[in-house]
Amino acid sequence: MKNSTIKKLHNMLLQGEITCVDLTKKYIDEIKKNNESLNAYVLLTEDEALQQASAVDEKIKNGEKIGLLEGIPMTLKDNISTNGIETTCCSKILTGYKPIYDAYVWEKLKNAGAVMLGKTNMDEFAMGSSCETSYFGGAANPHNTDHVAGGSSGGVASAVAGNIAAYGLGSDTGGSIRQPASFCGVVGLKPTYGAVSRYGLIAYASSFDQIGPITKSVEDAAIVFDAISSKDYYDSTCSGAVETCADKLDNDITGVKIGVPKEYYEGLRPDVKNALDNAIEEYKKLGAEIVEFELPILKYALPVYYILACAEASSNLGRYDSIRYGYRTESYNGIHDMMCKTRSEGFGKEVQRRILLGTYVLSSGYYDAYYKKAQNMRGAIVKAFKEAFAKCDVILAPTVPMTAFKKGFSSQNAVETYQTDICTVPVNIAGLPGVSIPCGEDNEGLPIGMQIIGNSFCEAKILNVAYKFEQATDFFKNTEMGVEF
Amino acid sequence: MKEYELVSGLETHVELSTKTKIFCSCSTEFGGEPNTHCCPICIGLPGTMPRLNKQVVNYAIKAGLATNCTINNIAKMDRKNYCYPDLSKAYQVSQYDKPLCSNGYIQLDSGKKIRILRIHIEEDAGKLVHERGDTFVDYNRGGVPLIEIVTEPDIRSIDEAIEYVEKLQLIMKSIGVSDCKMQEGSLRCDVNVSVKPKDVDTLGTRTEIKNMNSFTFMRQAMEYEFDRQVDLIESGEEVIQETRRFNTGTGETEGMRSKEDAHDYRYFREPDLVTIHTTDEEIEEIRATLPELPDSKKARYIADFGINETDAKILVKYRKVSEFFDAVAEKVNKPKTVSNFIISTIYRTLSTDDEREKFDIKVSSESMTELVKLIEDGKINNNLAKDTLEKMLQNGGKPTDYIDESQMGGVDEGELRAICEKVVLANPKAVEDIKGGKGAAIGALIGGVMKETKGKADAKAAQKIIREIIG
Repeated sequence: MKNSTIKKLHNMLLQGEITCVDLTKKYIDEIKKNNESLNAYVLLTEDEALQQASAVDEKIKNGEKIGLLEGIPMTLKDNISTNGIETTCCSKILTGYKPIYDAYVWEKLKNAGAVMLGKTNMDEFAMGSSCETSYFGGAANPHNTDHVAGGSSGGVASAVAGNIAAYGLGSDTGGSIRQPASFCGVVGLKPTYGAVSRYGLIAYASSFDQIGPITKSVEDAAIVFDAISSKDYYDSTCSGAVETCADKLDNDITGVKIGVPKEYYEGLRPDVKNALDNAIEEYKKLGAEIVEFELPILKYALPVYYILACAEASSNLGRYDSIRYGYRTESYNGIHDMMCKTRSEGFGKEVQRRILLGTYVLSSGYYDAYYKKAQNMRGAIVKAFKEAFAKCDVILAPTVPMTAFKKGFSSQNAVETYQTDICTVPVNIAGLPGVSIPCGEDNEGLPIGMQIIGNSFCEAKILNVAYKFEQATDFFKNTEMGVEF
Repeated sequence: MKEYELVSGLETHVELSTKTKIFCSCSTEFGGEPNTHCCPICIGLPGTMPRLNKQVVNYAIKAGLATNCTINNIAKMDRKNYCYPDLSKAYQVSQYDKPLCSNGYIQLDSGKKIRILRIHIEEDAGKLVHERGDTFVDYNRGGVPLIEIVTEPDIRSIDEAIEYVEKLQLIMKSIGVSDCKMQEGSLRCDVNVSVKPKDVDTLGTRTEIKNMNSFTFMRQAMEYEFDRQVDLIESGEEVIQETRRFNTGTGETEGMRSKEDAHDYRYFREPDLVTIHTTDEEIEEIRATLPELPDSKKARYIADFGINETDAKILVKYRKVSEFFDAVAEKVNKPKTVSNFIISTIYRTLSTDDEREKFDIKVSSESMTELVKLIEDGKINNNLAKDTLEKMLQNGGKPTDYIDESQMGGVDEGELRAICEKVVLANPKAVEDIKGGKGAAIGALIGGVMKETKGKADAKAAQKIIREIIG
């Protein structure tokens, strides 16, 4: 069974079974014990965490009411800006950079009394699927540390699965929440584009990026999502969620139409295919109706994603010129040389590859052949999903066609790694919500994940469908490390 | 040598006078200690996002309406990517293929229309400051809202180019969207110049002279560039399409970068901002706030008030002046008197363009109205009015603060004629002298009239009557 869920910890605090300071210390001790092997955290914020924890204890002592998230130890991916606390995107180019403002989501959670233990590892600028493009080295999979945690939000997934954070916030541009959640056997929710404010999230690809929770249970994901999904004045593209989710999890799913588009199930590793087939059977048992159809346009999803995301990235990352903040090269001859050397030294290979690709597809002469075409295709994919949701309520698909890679695989196989994003990118292209939950394991004991995809702003619906499966099955596998209660 | 004609199109950047910047709430005020009008958004810190200032959209629409543009119901923002230290995000948020306004024109005095292709909104960049051998960046100006007004290549002479910019400047000032101060950079022009033989229709290769910030330089630069291109063509060489800068020291234009080295701005839609929707109702609401435009005002002054073209032009040149004039003109019989006072007496105390622009005088439109009415009621003459106005300009107050009861009352025309006749009869010698050609002798007669009226008579009117009597 799952341990240390948000509600469980909350009740322990309420009942006085443990003080918030002791709880926090326990997490910090476990981080110190396990982080060497997991490399989930890139920065510990021990002092701030303990300070916040004692404020919560004070409230409890005074008999004041505390919120569900108050005093719960958690973590943020290192691309979410935290005032005064180094935020690097796990890139050399941002080493030493301390934001002077808080990201909207952190402001919300901070106000809700969250205890942040530290910042977690990620692929550099969220570009990668293994967490190994991180300047600080990759995060390991708690189920088997010879394997990666996945990416880009690998650190958060590793910390949550390894029980060294109760939950965390990641960001998902092409699968960066769902894929590591799947690899680490935890829950990862990528909200609808515009449900959660991006203000303070260091941009990779602005029209795809979305912040969301990585948690131990579907209920936790709903609780955290409810806490961060309000409209934000400073993000014009954010309208906020239309409804709360945590109070709508246990609805009967009899008659709910679950779409199974054929294309998602092609090229899967047999054990993953098998796990999904079992999930379909499970849903039938729960009374859901399975609707099979085709979504042939999905074959364009990968190129569309890599063209558009890289194009936006090439623009978003132009600002790292060392003039105002971040890493600056040691010696240079004039400003041009300073910028060139800084960027050549400060960005890793994968980031440089995507900047080059993005610059290329936007340049005159190639714009029409790549960017414009991809943009048109994006519209077509949006439309195809809209049509699909006329046939079904949610879509069930694998999260990744396989389980966690062995360490080192991605750096040797860039294109193959890109291809593993095949099941996650369509959701980002269409701006839809998707949640990944565990649905099995391979013969090495590595988790297999599946995702429930919904129409825009249907988080409550997909979380309900996910919750029902989670309650009816027992695929959550504890890693027997970190904090246990 | 063939006769050549200049062909020009202008791209004018006008800084909008909104209180806050285009994407954040920082002040747009000019000056200020470096980097004090800045925040995480306008210095482009990682993770920040722009939020479009609605007032910028409204001002740009106002500018579009005042220049006869179509306002587009759907517009969007795009990123123009280029790398320079004063551009904190390495892209400028601008508009590429869906600008707010398009297809307008400005009409020159000749009646010729200079077509406006488009008006779009964008953010300004910061600026580099070179001091003590070092270079610093000041981001105060970064994020200040601009509109860029792009014309078709309709301009055929330097005079037309200057007139176009002057008209544009006047319109933007009069509708209150910009102060258009060229010296502070709140209006600057990129001038495209090409030449062609007069009898040929096809346009020649153009060059673009960047950042003209004074009319004098603009004229010099265009003259130089015209001659340079004609010389090239005459000597069988080709004009290269390129961007040039004007060297104010040498008076010459110099090449900056050719077409091959031109920036590839890699425009694409700004994903951090949503589409700008403007309804027809909103457009009409903005149209309703437009004041009467300078050209229409000028025409009205000439037609309705009998003011000459030169004076009318001067009156409409400064928004506050024409507002002052309008306020007085609607309450008096002869607005021309007001315009004379403004141009002769008031302008003498406001010598610079800037002072006239501000029009910070101690005389209220009410006091001015009172003064003109005193003349029109025949209670004071022009001389006394002028003296009084000068005193009011210095010390404020109203006319009656300076005019004694005994000085008032004036002399009406019938009475004045009677007095003039009396003085003429009493001074036959002076009359003889005048008839004999000594024009100056009339002074004695006018003196007599003044004595009789205790100085209340209008000397000019008296002189006119005396001449009529003498014949």
